[in-house]
Amino acid sequence: MPEKPKIAFYWCASCGGCEESVVDLAEDILMVADAVDIVFWPVAMDFKKTDVETMEDGSILATMLNGAIRTSEQEEMARLIRRKSKILIAYGSCAHMGGIPALANEFERSEILKYAYEDAPSVINSQHTYPEAVYQDKSRKITLPVFRNIVRTLDQVVDVDYYLPGCPPTPKLLKQAVLTLLSGKLPPKGTVLAPDSALCEECPRKESKPADLSFEHFTRPHMILSDPEKCLLAQGLICMGPATRAGCEALCINGNMPCSGCFGPTSRVKDQGAKILSSICSNIEAKTEIAIDRVLDEIPDPVGTFYRYGLAASMLRKKIAEEV
Amino acid sequence: MPEENINKKWEPKIIAFFCNWCTYTAADLAGVSRLKYAPNVKVIRLMCSGRVDPQFILQSLASGADGVLIGGCHPGDCHYSEGNYKMLRRFRLLQRVLRSMGVEDERVRLEWISASEGEKVKTVINEMVDTIRKLGPLGLPGKISVYDKDLAELKNEIDTEIEVDIKPSGKEMVEHA
Amino acid sequence: MSTFNGNGQSIPKIGFYICHCGHNIASMVDVDKVQKYTASLPGVTVSRDYKYMCSDPGQELIQKDIKEFGLNRIVVASCSPLLHEHTFRVATEKAGLNPYFFHMVNIRENVSWVTGDKEAATDKAIDLVRAAIQRVFFHKPLVKKEVPINPDVLILGGGIAGIHAALTIANAGKKVYLVEREPTIGGHMAMFDKTFPTLDCAACILTPKMSAVKNHPNITLWSYSEVEKIEGFVGNYRATIKRKPRYVIEELCVGCMDCIDACIYKEAKYPDEFNLGMSKRKPIYIPFPQATPQVVLFDPDTCIDFKSHRCKKTCIEACDRDAIDLKQTAKYEEINIGSVILATGFKTYDAKFAPQYGYGRFPNVFTSLELERMVNASGPTSGEVLTKEGKKPKSVGIVHCVGSRDEKSNKWCSKVCCMYSLKLAHLIKEHTGAEVYNFYIDMRTPGKGYEEFYDKLMNEGVHFIRGRVAEVTDWALAAEEENKLTIRVEDTLVGVVRRIPVDMVVLSVGLEPREDASDVRRMFNISCSNEGFFLERHPKLAPVSTFTDGIFIAGACQGPKDIPDSVAQAGAAAAEVLSLICAGTIELEPNTASITEEFCSGCKSCIPLCPYSAISFKEDTKKAYINEALCKGCGTCVAACPSGSIIQNLFEDEQIFGEIEGLLRFAGIDLAGSETKGKELEHA
Repeated sequence: MPEKPKIAFYWCASCGGCEESVVDLAEDILMVADAVDIVFWPVAMDFKKTDVETMEDGSILATMLNGAIRTSEQEEMARLIRRKSKILIAYGSCAHMGGIPALANEFERSEILKYAYEDAPSVINSQHTYPEAVYQDKSRKITLPVFRNIVRTLDQVVDVDYYLPGCPPTPKLLKQAVLTLLSGKLPPKGTVLAPDSALCEECPRKESKPADLSFEHFTRPHMILSDPEKCLLAQGLICMGPATRAGCEALCINGNMPCSGCFGPTSRVKDQGAKILSSICSNIEAKTEIAIDRVLDEIPDPVGTFYRYGLAASMLRKKIAEEV
Repeated sequence: MPEENINKKWEPKIIAFFCNWCTYTAADLAGVSRLKYAPNVKVIRLMCSGRVDPQFILQSLASGADGVLIGGCHPGDCHYSEGNYKMLRRFRLLQRVLRSMGVEDERVRLEWISASEGEKVKTVINEMVDTIRKLGPLGLPGKISVYDKDLAELKNEIDTEIEVDIKPSGKEMVEHA
Repeated sequence: MSTFNGNGQSIPKIGFYICHCGHNIASMVDVDKVQKYTASLPGVTVSRDYKYMCSDPGQELIQKDIKEFGLNRIVVASCSPLLHEHTFRVATEKAGLNPYFFHMVNIRENVSWVTGDKEAATDKAIDLVRAAIQRVFFHKPLVKKEVPINPDVLILGGGIAGIHAALTIANAGKKVYLVEREPTIGGHMAMFDKTFPTLDCAACILTPKMSAVKNHPNITLWSYSEVEKIEGFVGNYRATIKRKPRYVIEELCVGCMDCIDACIYKEAKYPDEFNLGMSKRKPIYIPFPQATPQVVLFDPDTCIDFKSHRCKKTCIEACDRDAIDLKQTAKYEEINIGSVILATGFKTYDAKFAPQYGYGRFPNVFTSLELERMVNASGPTSGEVLTKEGKKPKSVGIVHCVGSRDEKSNKWCSKVCCMYSLKLAHLIKEHTGAEVYNFYIDMRTPGKGYEEFYDKLMNEGVHFIRGRVAEVTDWALAAEEENKLTIRVEDTLVGVVRRIPVDMVVLSVGLEPREDASDVRRMFNISCSNEGFFLERHPKLAPVSTFTDGIFIAGACQGPKDIPDSVAQAGAAAAEVLSLICAGTIELEPNTASITEEFCSGCKSCIPLCPYSAISFKEDTKKAYINEALCKGCGTCVAACPSGSIIQNLFEDEQIFGEIEGLLRFAGIDLAGSETKGKELEHA
């Protein structure tokens, strides 16, 4: 019996949802387990870093790595995995575009640490103790991963072959991706393994969007009882669908929530937030600065709204500030 | 990385997007009238300010511009009826995004300049160059490269380790990659 | 670094040419340095500088290189693309290369003419050139877009300019719609008595042209009409004309004026617009004897029947042609035309805004236009120059530059006032024998026979006092000033303040844009200069064209002008129109937008953005679609498409991104076509 292809899963700065999505394959996971050998999957199986280090370079067919990259340890692991894998797939929004962890790029490292170690209401730290990367205790040197000043996407750290988008990717897309890998018929490098048109394409509410929509007001999901049949943009909710890749089959919309953009932009767009901003603003009704501003006040957190998953991959990447 | 000459004093780099019908024509008029103004603003001609994709502005800043100037027809005067209003709306929100991202308001400016306002091209450009000069460089590519220093250091460390530890040299692997 | 994704295109071989433009560029930009720098950029095959790129040898240089080196991209750094883009595209095409592989860099208007420092100018030119090189990598061949020209013409304004343009075009066998807002054509010229400097009678030379317009088989004259709406583009405009109700059926009325005589008002009692209120008319009237068309009209504001419906309607009884229709409503005509001439004229400065001259306060202060009517034989006084008291004045002061050359009102020189003031001085002297004083800042009399006319006036004994009049007052300080108007002025030639008592003051009011010039401008999508006159495409080389193709301007709507200049411009505009018509078709910029159907998600965001309704939603495919014939290429939908599925020719995203990158550094492209990333992305 020929050796089965080797697959690995790994996580960096992530919530665990992506790991969960693998389990969400349900019965299909047996199909996967049948077809491949999972050689490394810290969340489910007991392997150590040293086990990976001893593998031949390039001996893993594909690794699905989820999570953004924030620490030196994650960088190190990403490099190690890259070396050992023929194909590296950025799995999920965080590895793809930074995801939720990348919203931290709106803050400086010092601000984040200060909040986490001093200001957070649940913290008592009268000695102002902060983690140190290196601690020298006599002859013992203890190290902790370095907390970098910027959250990165996986491809800002190592070369990435494919992207599987979503927060998390749907089991359907994962299954398709695995089948593609096993088939050996690989798409061009850099491909995002999801359709290349926007979500509206597959949105069940597409028909209900008027062709002459212009915005007089914006609202947010908790502020209205939204019509479960009607296009959410037409109800004044900021839906990222028009600027977000299809492939999720409108999961959020089906839950009566607007798309928040986790699949990222299409291949023709470099900055997802800028594009949805352009599209939505162009269609605002108001013409004077004052009136426009009044409507825009109804979008209280534009960065968090338009760059919820894409800040690390955006053109500006990080808030510009001198580290204090 | 931008080709920066260390011996040269820093000069603001500003990219402008001018609409063909009003502001670009006004800039031509400024030229014909031989109005002298600061050389820091470089113009990209578009048909309408409505064509200015916010991505263009962000890309300019991300690629090393210190400021972006957008010039369109006065409200009500757009050659294409309302392209300038569309730009105005995008601009108002983009400015909020930029503010959250630490980019000062003054770095991105929207001005209505009609075809006959050559003098205004001069004034606006000179004013903007002055303002940006006072703010200092934005230097986005430089800032990212500072962050990337750590990344590169760690990479070098790992590469060296591999070379020492394992027989096949790291060099080969770089090539393979 | 961007990837050069073949798209069936060959590896770029760029030809770069920098123009000296004599000294215009070369004296400020180090063209040699730019040329050498550009030569060093990857992808650039040829880099040259030349004295005049737009000259024949300059263009031949490009063509020779295209053939010899197989160039497939051309970049020329010279003047504004608004001037010579077309020239170089044609040159490129002649050498067998698609003209849209050409790109122009503006280093004259944008660099050499506006920069004071040679090094800075050279650096700026280098940045702009680098951006263009980076841009042309992404250029694509495009198909030229040609549209037919509808040979019918709309002319707005029936003054001398509109009349002349209409006749010229109609005589060439083309159909003209002449639309005039007033009940008659003739404009300001019809109000004048004589014309300078020949003193020929204005009516004698104008009325034959007016009747020629009326009788011309190729001219449709719609007086008392206004343009409501215009849409379309060069060669293919569609206009809606509102024909205001005259309450008289134009086709039936022969202008016998029996109805006017029959009006129950035996006396005319309402101010007559044509005579500037100096005489009276009835509610049913004809503006002046030679009015064209010779059709009466009702003024519903003063006609009893419109106010109370209780008039005996003697007018209707008097009309044996049943031409009167008091229930008439506005009529709308829709016409298709290929080009438009705007000849909407001017208005005179409102002298009330110069209160120091007492207009409206002192009965014997008149405007020059009022005097024109007064000296006219068919005017309110039958050609007599009379004070309000009905006496011949013994002395008259003519105040120049009222509302002209003044920081507080209009800065510009109205160009015609000096000459018409001389004319009025002559006519007043001729009619009354009065002493006439001209108060001027400078006498401006350039023009054929104009200076000679000024000489003649001086010999006729007209007085000339150099100085801007400070005030006109009725406050007598001396016995000779009693019951007179005293003009206080500093005589700058003598250096003393003088007080000159006169019986009558004439204010030579300047020329201004019409109040609604701005509305007309918006409707026709053209620009105005700072003063508010319509802006020509180029002050020297395209004086009657505008920035909107197919829309031309003539006469005083473009700036103050006398009759010969207005007629000359009208002829020029007619020639431009005829040249369009004779060409039969016109090439449009192929900068239209298109939607890539397979990428479009059908989100409909773009549809409401298009001012031309060029985008529609196709129900069968559930995708948006752009009708290229309607698209005018603004690119607004392209910038707003949230999935990046709309492309604008000549302004594609990657072309603009290329320009942005290129302005800041040379990113280049990967000629091999393989994916390459920056250094930091390389993995071990």
